[in-house]
Amino acid sequence: MMKAASGGFKKFTPKTLPKFEPLAQGHRACQGCGEVLALRMALKAMGKNMIIASATGCMEIITSAYPQTAWDVPWIHVAFENAAAVASGIEAGRKVLMRKGRLPKGRTTIVAMAGDGGTADIGLQALSGALERGHDFVYICLDNEAYMNTGVQRSSATPYGAMTTTSPPGKLSIGQYTWKKNVPAIVEAHAIPYVATAAPAYYVDLMNKAKKAAMIRGPAYLHIYSPCPTGWRLAPERAVAISRLAVQTNIFPLYEVIDGRYILTKKIKKPKPVEEYLGLQGRFRHLDKKTIQEIQERVDREYEALLQKATLAEVQEEST
Amino acid sequence: MPKRVGIEVSLAASEAACAVDSDVIAAYPITPQTHIVEHLSELVADGKLDAEFIPVESEHSAMSVCIGSSAVGARTFTASSAQGLALMHEILFIAPALRTPIVMAVVNRAMSGPISIWNDHSDIMAERDVGWIQTFAENGQEVFDLIIHAFRVAEDPKVLLPVMVNLDGFTLSHVIEPIEMLNAREVRRYIKPYKPQMVLDPKHPVTMGAVGVPEVYTEAKQQIESVLRASKKVVVSAWKEFARLYGRTYRPIETYRTKGAEVVLMTMGSVSETAMTAVDKMRDKEIAVGLMRFRLWRPFPLEEFRRAVKGVKVLAVLDRAISYGAQGGPVFMEVRSALYGQAGQPNISGFVAGLGGRDITTDMFEEMVKKAIRYAKKGKGPTYELIGVREK
Ligand SMILES: Cc1ncc(C[n+]2csc(CCOP(=O)(O)OP(=O)(O)O)c2C)c(N)n1
Ligand code: SF4
Ligand SMILES: [Mg+2]
Repeated sequence: MMKAASGGFKKFTPKTLPKFEPLAQGHRACQGCGEVLALRMALKAMGKNMIIASATGCMEIITSAYPQTAWDVPWIHVAFENAAAVASGIEAGRKVLMRKGRLPKGRTTIVAMAGDGGTADIGLQALSGALERGHDFVYICLDNEAYMNTGVQRSSATPYGAMTTTSPPGKLSIGQYTWKKNVPAIVEAHAIPYVATAAPAYYVDLMNKAKKAAMIRGPAYLHIYSPCPTGWRLAPERAVAISRLAVQTNIFPLYEVIDGRYILTKKIKKPKPVEEYLGLQGRFRHLDKKTIQEIQERVDREYEALLQKATLAEVQEEST
Repeated sequence: MPKRVGIEVSLAASEAACAVDSDVIAAYPITPQTHIVEHLSELVADGKLDAEFIPVESEHSAMSVCIGSSAVGARTFTASSAQGLALMHEILFIAPALRTPIVMAVVNRAMSGPISIWNDHSDIMAERDVGWIQTFAENGQEVFDLIIHAFRVAEDPKVLLPVMVNLDGFTLSHVIEPIEMLNAREVRRYIKPYKPQMVLDPKHPVTMGAVGVPEVYTEAKQQIESVLRASKKVVVSAWKEFARLYGRTYRPIETYRTKGAEVVLMTMGSVSETAMTAVDKMRDKEIAVGLMRFRLWRPFPLEEFRRAVKGVKVLAVLDRAISYGAQGGPVFMEVRSALYGQAGQPNISGFVAGLGGRDITTDMFEEMVKKAIRYAKKGKGPTYELIGVREK
């Protein structure tokens, strides 16, 4: 196991958060945006020595309207589906320039950032390619469960039953009719050294995972739950609360996968009913009892499967 | 002076990218470009070229990787054809906007459908307007030289634009020709180390690829357009310098037996060699015909072109691509508009031939020339026609 993954660095505590702000205030995100909060926390943890390749999406639009920029770190946006490929080029370019003595030697964190659409859908191929090639970079998926930038259309990461502008509930529709794609599992199948999920309510955990991801050599992947009050029809002051509930209901469990071993980072002893989570968001308002029950069962099942993966890892750990 | 060696043109293209000491190569295989990237990966594997070879999962990612590596200051090369080039389309527009001086060999192939691996120019003509400098090679020597030249122009601080060097698939890319290959040491007299103007560097953070709101978008576009136009000067002076160092002269437009020619055939790419033979044959039959070919296609060499056609009465323009539903092929349309309203403007006929690998014979060139003369005499003819269509 690599040193960084085992926590070979000084962990953040609420009192030791870095002052450095890679993403300045004054950007154009909506009030209460949980995505920009999650992004800011993750990047803060990684430190100043980074280069970011961003996909098109809310975070790109709100930070970079020329002639202004919210970025205090080098940042490039090329297109929607290719953040992982652009990051690959940045990493490879720097590597060869260092080898040829045209760039001072040293490690810089190369970050690719994209929304759930830019990750789970249109950018999945570029992501897979970059992971498979083993570039030394961190990929951050900011999952707000729809294409927010273009007006709240569904993505393959939109949860079952959710209302979006392209999964509207109607006489013949319950809203989104597919279950959320498990991108961390797809990423994990590439056998990369580090995969983790995080949520802004557990910001210290989020930042430590981000730091760990940055320190690990090779590809690392962070899947960050990113509440979007605008798209979810959620009160703007509830973004952090909803992300806590997402974890407490087991809808969005927090875990790490280190070299293929699943580790639960936040064990929920008494999960809250999903209804409590769903009820706060206008996007689920149309759901009937039966559908909510269906969601509850699915969440329980998926959490059980995750637990098994984690237990299996623990058992293996003990027997070696 | 370096010796001439017999080598497959594709391999010579890779050797050119190697001679300039490329830093990053990101490419995805597609016939007929494959030999170029195969050879480059070999050169890297054998330690003959110290570069990162990124075996991407698509051409879309190839171009995206190229932008990333160029944005950190790495000299970047790639190659593609047809479907691959089209898959890059979205990203091709962004490379000039970010001022990333990537060089790409485009091994011209017909666009699907129907699917065809053979040569024409429908792939590149669909990428006319992406903001890249575009040159066309006639033979293997030119492929090698134009690739070297491309790096010089692309990285010039007054330019900083990507360049595509076009070579015909199979008919040029897969033939073995005697080529004078400059080695790295010789090339260093012409190609200096790349000094980027702006890079992604944590010590000096910059934002690249910002949002272009309506208040700035037009100006951003205008900038690209004006550098692309102004790049012609650098393109030409870099050719002059090339001639001075290595003795081979290149110009935006090449002419053959145009002196005293009343009819001029206009072509691009390797078919021009057949066209020259056709011109010789026709000259033997007392037809006052000459040949002109575009080596530089973007920026369009307007002044050079107008000067070259002065006194010409009839122009027969060959297109290797169809522009569905338009008034003619893309070259024809461009040529006609370049001459519109000019005093003593020649009569212009457009012909489309050689699609999807169909041979263009000397007879076909003769047919085009004769038709162009006839239409000019009659004062009317079809705006354009397809040559060599099988009756059954
Ligand atoms: C090739 C392409 N297709 C579609 C779009 C339009 N588009 C821009 S951002 C976006 C959705 C972004 O969604 P996501 O990645 O989830 O990020 P979010 O805005 O939700 O943070 C879409 C569909 C585009 N820019 N490029
Ligand atoms: S739409 Fe949602 S994700 Fe986008 S800026 Fe607004 S709150 Fe944030
Ligand atoms: Mg989204």
